[in-house]
This record gives sequence, structure tokens and C-alpha cells, in this order.
Amino acid sequence: MKKLLNWVDERFPLSALWKTHLAEYYAPKNFNFWYFFGALAMFVLVLQIVTGIFLTMNYKPDAAQAFASVEYIMRDVSGGWIIRYMHSTGASMFFAVVYLHMFRGLLYGSYRKPRELIWIFGMLIYLCLMAEAFLGYLLPWGQMSFWGAQVIINLFDAIPFIGPDLALWIRGDYVVSDVTLNRFFAFHVIAVPLVLLGLVMAHLMALHEVGSNNPDGIEIKKNLDPNTGKPIDGIPFHPYYIVKDIVGVVVFLMVFSVIMFFVPEMWGYFLEANNFIPANPLSTPSHIAPLWYFTPYYAMLRAVPSFFGSQFPGVVVMGLATMIFFLLPWLDRGKVKSIRYRGWIYKTALTLFVISFLVLAVLGTMPPSDLLTWIARILTIVYFAFFVLMPWYTKIDKTKPEPDRLT
Amino acid sequence: MANQEIDRSKRRFLVATTMTIGGVATAGVATPLVMSMMPSEAAKAAGAPVEVDLGRIEPGMKLDVEWRGRPVWIIRRTEEMYKGLAGLADQVADPNSEMPLQPKYCQNVGRSIKPEYLVLIGICTHLGCVPVAKLAEGGETDMGDTWKGGFHCPCHGSKFDLAGRVFKSQPAPKNLIVPPYKFLSDTRMLIGEDQA
Repeated sequence: MKKLLNWVDERFPLSALWKTHLAEYYAPKNFNFWYFFGALAMFVLVLQIVTGIFLTMNYKPDAAQAFASVEYIMRDVSGGWIIRYMHSTGASMFFAVVYLHMFRGLLYGSYRKPRELIWIFGMLIYLCLMAEAFLGYLLPWGQMSFWGAQVIINLFDAIPFIGPDLALWIRGDYVVSDVTLNRFFAFHVIAVPLVLLGLVMAHLMALHEVGSNNPDGIEIKKNLDPNTGKPIDGIPFHPYYIVKDIVGVVVFLMVFSVIMFFVPEMWGYFLEANNFIPANPLSTPSHIAPLWYFTPYYAMLRAVPSFFGSQFPGVVVMGLATMIFFLLPWLDRGKVKSIRYRGWIYKTALTLFVISFLVLAVLGTMPPSDLLTWIARILTIVYFAFFVLMPWYTKIDKTKPEPDRLT
Repeated sequence: MANQEIDRSKRRFLVATTMTIGGVATAGVATPLVMSMMPSEAAKAAGAPVEVDLGRIEPGMKLDVEWRGRPVWIIRRTEEMYKGLAGLADQVADPNSEMPLQPKYCQNVGRSIKPEYLVLIGICTHLGCVPVAKLAEGGETDMGDTWKGGFHCPCHGSKFDLAGRVFKSQPAPKNLIVPPYKFLSDTRMLIGEDQA
């Protein structure tokens, strides 16, 4: 066995990879609950890829057959229903763990120097994930698939000058049609997943280059054991965190199974009732709402009034709301990284931000009304204020001294 | 070889030209790929004009036809419906249809060639939903007593009058689009082709 390993190692850095990324990757010893979600996101990614492969074996990317083929998977294919529910529940859970993973970054300043690139790769993963979810949602070819795609593609239509041609190019037709379905299938099953996998690699490579942050927001590499040269406060990822993450996966799967077996549609939040009606270009559902993970941005889009005869401002605001996360590493001027040592200003700002995000998410699922639109406007301002005012409020915030060692 | 001087400017030139040529080749190869995503010849052919028999529409009623996969409405307005339009001038965003959302020959109060027939693309200018026709006045619909008849978008609540003009302060920024059309005779219409 040893000889075989040597034979491989002379030709491929197998042991070296194992050591750098697992057995001798030293992670801070004080990871808490929030550190489950990165591993869980990776787990869900694998789940989505595997279930997706098996769905493509029976799915037909054709406007005339797509809806029926999904029903065929649900009713006639052995185990088809469970594969499909794993995939649809997985999509929502992917966003749930990614949002919690991002929130962890906000709590402990994981985006701060020297982890800017980890954050940027992560944000790109998030954008890919949104694209992936949007593209995949067209595939069942239900009413919500169709009208959701119609609304989103028309967002591009609002871009001045190139908009109409761009929307035509995305659709490949004058309306969302078979052509659109077919190309969305191609993007959903091959193009975006490839990019996603590449980005996940880059995210992890960048992480393993600089090392993990931790709830104290201090660098464990500053305290090396003089004998071994390893961080005193670090423990090898394998076996310690592998075992911890397996516990996380088990608990996650319990929650996942409860949803998948008992409420796979989650009362319309994971799979909308209207999507069990085949797409009909001549009849709009009375209320179009995106799935829950897009609703904060959708609420912002609706909240921005059109002016100069263009709905472009709303589209810009929605785009900025997702893109502004990229700037976070440079907006934060706090002396400390972790929320544990920040003052009351950052804590208040983060709380307001989370509230605005959650309430916008709720508003995005509701039919529009004057009052709700005004609430959404105020919350949109709060959302942006969190970022735009960050350079000032993080600077004047009274921070506590960071400890020398992990606590 | 070993003590030969390295000509850096030559190297830079070769690298730059190789990269330029490579870039041009890449762009060249990408062109058919990008162009393949534009509407195919079949999709363009499916956008051909549609002929409609107007005899099927009762006064005050609406007929839906499909053109380029989009819903096109033909509303046969009664005289009262048409007369009501002038009184809404101060309530609609673009009363004189100054935005180019209709063919030139339809830039009038009724946004139509003949006052009787209104032709619209039934897609909300906000985000592409299909508005619902609420042609009757006030009490007969759920639009409130002051409603003079028109269209209501269920997605985000935009309201339009009986010429497809959007009311002020609605999510939709523009009037509904009037497609090109022409009359072949008193009772036949061709949608998708301009009036001569």
C-alpha cells in the first residue's frame, strides 16, 4: 500500500494535496455554529449536481414536452419524485445555507484583509447561484416558470439603447419560447455549473492560502508554536473539522428530509402552486412573485418609481443591491474584524441591515400596495445606508481591544 | 547563444502581435456562437403578419389574437367609450402619445386609425405581464366608481385607459404599445404591417 502511494506521489502530488488541504490545514480551534454553512453549501452543491444529472435523464427541454416530462418524472419514473424533490428542496436550501454563510462573514469580518479575494470569489459564486436558480426555474415550463422568466428578461429590456436587442438575444425569440427553454437548459446543466465549480475551487484555494478567519477575528498565524512552526491555536482540519462538519451534515439532512417528505412545496415558497399549471403565454397569473430567495431584490425593484419614462432605475437599484457586497472589504474601516469586539454602532447597523433584508424578503412575496411600497422604499434606503455609510460609522465606532489568543 | 543579448523590444513586439492575432481569432470564433443566440430564420418567419376578421367583434368587446407570440388586442370601442377619452387627458401620463409607442398614423386621441378600433399589444410596459381588460365603467368592475373603463395589470397594479394610455404614477412608465396594422377592407385588418 505504502509502495503504491509512493508510486502515485512521484507522479501526482496526492499526499501533498491531502496534507495542505486537510490533514495539515490548520484551522482556528474556536469555530462555532456559524462555521457549518460553508461545508453545508459544498454538500448541497454535490447534492444538486448528482440529482440534476439523474433528472436530465428523463427531462425533455422542449416547450411541448417539458411540463409533461416533469410530471412523468414525478409519477412514472421509479424514485423520480424523490430525486426531483431533492433537487427543488436543495435549491432553496442552497440559498438558505449561502445566506447564513454570508451572514457569518458579516458577523466576524471574514471579508477583511487579507481575505478580500475569498469574499469576491464567494460573491461570484452567489451570482452564479442566482443565475442557476433563475435558469433552472424555467425548465418545468409552468406558469410561474414562464412569467418569471418573462419579467426577469424584460429587466434587460429596460437598459437604455442596447436593452431591446439584448433581451431578444437572451430569448432568441420575440417572446419566451421553446428556443429560450432549450438554451436555458444548456446554461443550467452545463455552462453555469462549470463556472460554479471553478469558482468554488478558487474560493477554497484562496481560503487555504490565507487561512480561515474565526469568531474572534484575529489571525492564528501570528502565534506559531516555536517548535513545530504550526499555529498554537490551530487544529488540523482533518480529522477535527471533518468530524464536526459531518455532524452538521447529519442535522442538516434531518431538516432537509422533513421538508422533502412532508412539505416539499413549503406552502408555495419552494414550489409555487401556479407552476403546476403548464405555461400559457396568453394568460398572466394574477400575482407573480419570485421564489423566496429573490424576494428582497424584487421588493426593491418594485419600490423604485419609474422616471423619465423608464423603469431602468429600478433595475439599477436591484443590480446595485447585489453588487454592492463586492465592495464590503474596502468599505469597512473598523479596527477590529469580529462583532465580538465592535461597538454598538456596527451592531445596530448590522441589525438594521438584517431586518431590512428580511422584511424586504417578506414584502417581495406580497401583492403591491401603496403602504407596502413606502415601507419597501424606506427599507431599501436602510439596506443601502448599511454599505454607503459604512466607511464612517465603522471608523468612529468604539471597539474593544482584541485578545492576543483565541478565547 | 548563452552570451547573446536578449532583444526585449523584439520579444515584446512578438508577444503583443501574437496576443492581438489570438484575440482577433477568438473574437472571430465567438461571433457565430454569439450570433446563434439571435432569433433563427424560423423564429423570424413566425413573426409574419396576421389577418383578422373584424366582423366577429361586438361593439364594446375585445378580441385576442396572437402575433409574434404576443397577445394583440382589438377592442371595438363604442362611441361613449371613445368620447370618454378626451376627459382623461389630465389623469394620464402621456395624453398626447408623445412617446413613440405607436405608429405615426396612430398618434391621436384614440391612438388608432379609426376611432372605433383600438389595437394594442397586450403586454404591460412595466415588466411584461398581460393586463386584464376592465372595459366596463365604474361599478360593473372592481376598479372603483370613478373608473371609465380600461385595463388593469394584475402583477404590479398599473392602470391604462381605453386608448392604452397609462395613468399617472403607475409602476408602468409608458403607454401600451400599438403594433403596426392596416385595414384591408372595412371588416378585415392586417396586424404586423404598416398602413401605406
